[in-house]
Amino acid sequence: MGYDTEVLVLGGGSTGCGIARDLAMRGLEVTLVERGNLTHGTTGRMHGLLHSGGRYAVSDRASATECIEENEVLRDIAGHCVELTGGLFVQRPEDPDSYFREKLEGCRECGIPTRALSGREAREIEPYLANDVKRAIEVPDGAVDPFRLCVANALDAQIHGARIETHAEVIDLLREGDDVYGVRVRHDSGPGRRTHGVPGSTEEITAEYVVNATGAWAGQIAAMADLEVAVRPSKGVMTIMNVRQVDTVINRCRPKGDADIIVPHETTAILGTTDEEVTDPDDYPEEEWEVDMMIDTLSELVPILSEARTIRSFWGVRPLYEPPGRATEDPTDITRDFFLLDHDERDGVSGVASIVGGKLTTYRAMAEEIADHVCAELGVDATCATAEEPLPGSENLERLEDGMDEFGLRSPIARRSTKRLGSRSRDVLETDEPNPVICACEGVTRAEVQDAISQSGTDLNAVRIRTRASMGNCQGGFCCGPMANELHPEYDEETVREALDDLFDERWKGQRHALWGEQLSQAMLNYALHATTMNRDRDPANAGPSALETGSESLEYAAFDAGEGQ
Amino acid sequence: MAEMAIEDDVLVIGGGLAGATAALAAANAGTKRVRLVTYKQSTLRHASGLIDVLGYTPAGKGPLTDPFDALEELPHGHPYERVGIDAVRDALSFFDGIVGDAYAGGHTDRNALVPTHGGTVKPTARYPAATAPGLASDDRDALLVGVETLPDFDAPLAAAHLEAAGIPFDCRGVTLRFPGITRDDAKVTRYAHLLDRNESVSTPSGEAGAREALSTAVRDHFEGEPRVGFPAILGDERADDVRGDLADTLGADVFEVPMGPPSLPGIRLEELLYDALEAAGVRVTSGVPVVGYETGDRAGAGRRTERIDHVVVDRHGAEIPHRADQYVLATGGLVGKGIESDREGVAEPIFGCRVPHAEDRYDWFVDDVFGEQPYARFGLEPDRELRPLDADGEPEFANLRAAGAVLGGYDYAAEKSGAGVSIATGYVAGTRSAEVSE
Ligand SMILES: Cc1cc2nc3c(=O)[nH]c(=O)nc-3n(C[C@H](O)[C@H](O)[C@H](O)COP(=O)(O)OP(=O)(O)OC[C@H]3O[C@@H](n4cnc5c(N)ncnc54)[C@H](O)[C@@H]3O)c2cc1C
Ligand SMILES: Cc1cc2nc3c(=O)[nH]c(=O)nc-3n(C[C@H](O)[C@H](O)[C@H](O)COP(=O)(O)OP(=O)(O)OC[C@H]3O[C@@H](n4cnc5c(N)ncnc54)[C@H](O)[C@@H]3O)c2cc1C
Repeated sequence: MGYDTEVLVLGGGSTGCGIARDLAMRGLEVTLVERGNLTHGTTGRMHGLLHSGGRYAVSDRASATECIEENEVLRDIAGHCVELTGGLFVQRPEDPDSYFREKLEGCRECGIPTRALSGREAREIEPYLANDVKRAIEVPDGAVDPFRLCVANALDAQIHGARIETHAEVIDLLREGDDVYGVRVRHDSGPGRRTHGVPGSTEEITAEYVVNATGAWAGQIAAMADLEVAVRPSKGVMTIMNVRQVDTVINRCRPKGDADIIVPHETTAILGTTDEEVTDPDDYPEEEWEVDMMIDTLSELVPILSEARTIRSFWGVRPLYEPPGRATEDPTDITRDFFLLDHDERDGVSGVASIVGGKLTTYRAMAEEIADHVCAELGVDATCATAEEPLPGSENLERLEDGMDEFGLRSPIARRSTKRLGSRSRDVLETDEPNPVICACEGVTRAEVQDAISQSGTDLNAVRIRTRASMGNCQGGFCCGPMANELHPEYDEETVREALDDLFDERWKGQRHALWGEQLSQAMLNYALHATTMNRDRDPANAGPSALETGSESLEYAAFDAGEGQ
Repeated sequence: MAEMAIEDDVLVIGGGLAGATAALAAANAGTKRVRLVTYKQSTLRHASGLIDVLGYTPAGKGPLTDPFDALEELPHGHPYERVGIDAVRDALSFFDGIVGDAYAGGHTDRNALVPTHGGTVKPTARYPAATAPGLASDDRDALLVGVETLPDFDAPLAAAHLEAAGIPFDCRGVTLRFPGITRDDAKVTRYAHLLDRNESVSTPSGEAGAREALSTAVRDHFEGEPRVGFPAILGDERADDVRGDLADTLGADVFEVPMGPPSLPGIRLEELLYDALEAAGVRVTSGVPVVGYETGDRAGAGRRTERIDHVVVDRHGAEIPHRADQYVLATGGLVGKGIESDREGVAEPIFGCRVPHAEDRYDWFVDDVFGEQPYARFGLEPDRELRPLDADGEPEFANLRAAGAVLGGYDYAAEKSGAGVSIATGYVAGTRSAEVSE
């Protein structure tokens, strides 16, 4: 039996979630399908900068203007997802004066509030800046948590009646003649809350209109209906430090270059990034030189970084797009603008549009434009309300701050929980049950983990992105187990064991790029805890291939010491 | 140098299981003056307190019922191969003598299988008395008791996991609110002290001693199992009394399931070792690091191997020389910080002894988290006297031996051999140092 919906959104990144929320708020019936968990793609692998527009003020003023407008909107509607850190464009002696002047002018013309600072003034704001920093421009950059932002959009879409289906991969676009009328998805057998699909099964979903918001994968999806979308995926590395060496966003003030920005994010600072075209967004090299370059180049701005501890590195792929015929060589020169490709107009195939390019900061404006287009296609007359209506968690944030004492939320842990949960804090944290800390690095309590589990089921990576549990110094060594324990007894032992293995593996992946110094010691401690103390590497319950090989498939307990006198 | 050098016969650097064993062995072998200098907390605070000797071969075969069979066949360079199987036996009996009744397992060569707080079972050679009634290789039924405010150990889940691991008995788990614990994030030592002191706590039926209150809470769920297991929080200094009282009131054997950090069984072992060091007359200086060394004359004309004349201890900014005839390096591995690394390489920081490692740091690991991890084998390569060797295969120093996790060539986490290697190599390094120091 098929399932029919009005609008089908493909992709659960910021773009797809933003579109789903917008359309659902306009009263349309929306279904969103995502092959992983929310933010599985680029959105979960970006730098976390809430652009002020300063970065584009010289090269691309239209983008800069849009950034500052959306920056201001997000502060209002997504207060619990952003941190108003402020930012600096820092000039070193070898960086050109002319560019500094152009940057300042550009910001002013785009309506980005600025203040020019001397080197000394800049160091008063950020004491770890290098002594020879010449001067700086202050701009309203901020930090944004892409996980919380996406989840809040999806939640609100759900509140407005949308069906959000994760772990559902589009395997085919359904096309008849010159009309696309739906997709076929395969429900994954991986962990996750599957309210609709049975793992391993496929489902046909038909729709009046299909929106392809799969970012770097948009070309692959389009090809399923014999359409061509030439996405040029470009990878970038980000290296996470264990503490915040800086509390404002630090940008290098020079024309363009790799490794030129540091974003403070929660308890960490994130260094980035590179820009290298890749052929396959799912399979590209993650290289040592990229990590080294982050540390070495950014130490020119903040020297203590060269000695500091990094906890992991990760890579993301930009869904860059160029209209046919431009053939720009250097990916850094490809526009950061987004494109709405109406396949009817472009290819004569109706019922589908693709969205590519853009930035997370401007996700809402992109979503608005796309939703307008969809409404026009479907002849629906409804206006956009996403710039005014706060996201769930961001309602009444001032009152929340006042109410902190009332909930007894002044402890450091409660403060951190409250920051993450925003106005949902009371609902989530007020409990008569004991509420111990599950993740000590990030101060995440049982109530928060349980709340995340109620949203996302057994997918502990989805719990992680909702709560930040396992994202601190220990990289899950200490808290993966307790997080998995929280799944029991709702889920059975085997499911819990698999969920734990998945999370532990995922945490290891990024740490591989930080394996020296303190983090290598931490890795050994984590390994010892899981392999030595718990023997999870040779758990007899996992009668896998290695167990068969060694003949220990059924362990003969009676052959072992049963204790003196037993 | 303003300060007078401190003089000893044997100086042990690092006060974990290996260093403590080395110092005790040196004192036992009749050396007059043994000193132990140690900096921070040892790995015992993280470790479960179990004494693994060898649970799996380096190739992954196991769990081994008898570690001694496999010890014969260890590859060249493995610390056990270096010291030899007899030394391993001697070291274990030495350990058994030190810990006395606090540990069990010495009655047999065979490994026991112990339930872990993650619900798996693991092979080990010696286990605390508190763990003895809880062996998974013992076929009596068991009830596991978890505590709502200790999220590390989910007893019903652990019980289900143990059953999936094929244990030969019925196992149930229940979760309780721990009487007398009011804070959600009380430290494990708080639970232990509450029971140690048998503090008066309020229960639904009035005030009661903490031990009795805990028994009462368990009794509501108890179905006559012959043994009842708790997370390892049952007392610190009076742990035996605590278990005894719980066992009496429940009418069942009571045991502890070893837990992760901070680990009370590990801390108890550390306390026991430090009591033994004091009794043996070993001088212990803690909280200060050894930061450097000076060499003296070559050991005899024509010999190329240098001798360490003294090491330098940083006492809160003052550099104090410590001189001894023989030195034992037991500063731990990556966890204890006896082995350090940066983006360029891996090193032993005090003496600069050679640590074999790949040049490219991306060759220090493999992608499978539980694969054969090169980093887990980082450490010094010693001769059969446990003297670290340089690139030419010569001892780095004539009078320096190394023991414990600072040694390389074995992956204790995969093999389950951590404490066993520390005891065997600590025993050999300490004994040998005493023998050669006049
Ligand atoms: C290194 C880097 C740093 C960045 N830093 C910033 C920054 O600091 N600030 C900023 O504003 N922007 C930044 N960006 C840009 C921003 O991250 C992206 O523009 C934005 O996240 C794109 O979101 P999206 O929803 O379009 O794509 P995605 O987040 O990639 O979403 C597409 C989704 O489609 C899913 N999908 C793919 N194939 C299928 C299928 N067959 N079936 C179902 N689902 C499928 C994917 O799993 C994915 O979740 C950065 C980008 C990169 C690469
Ligand atoms: C989480 C975990 C769980 C484990 N579980 C088990 C288990 O269940 N069973 C088992 O058999 N083994 C286990 N092990 C392994 C076992 O604990 C170790 O192999 C063993 O304790 C190592 O002892 P060590 O004395 O060599 O080093 P450590 O215990 O690390 O001691 C080294 C000491 O040297 C000190 N030091 C370092 N540098 C200096 C300096 N410059 N000057 C002075 N002092 C210095 C350190 O501060 C420390 O006190 C576990 C290990 C870990 C990490």
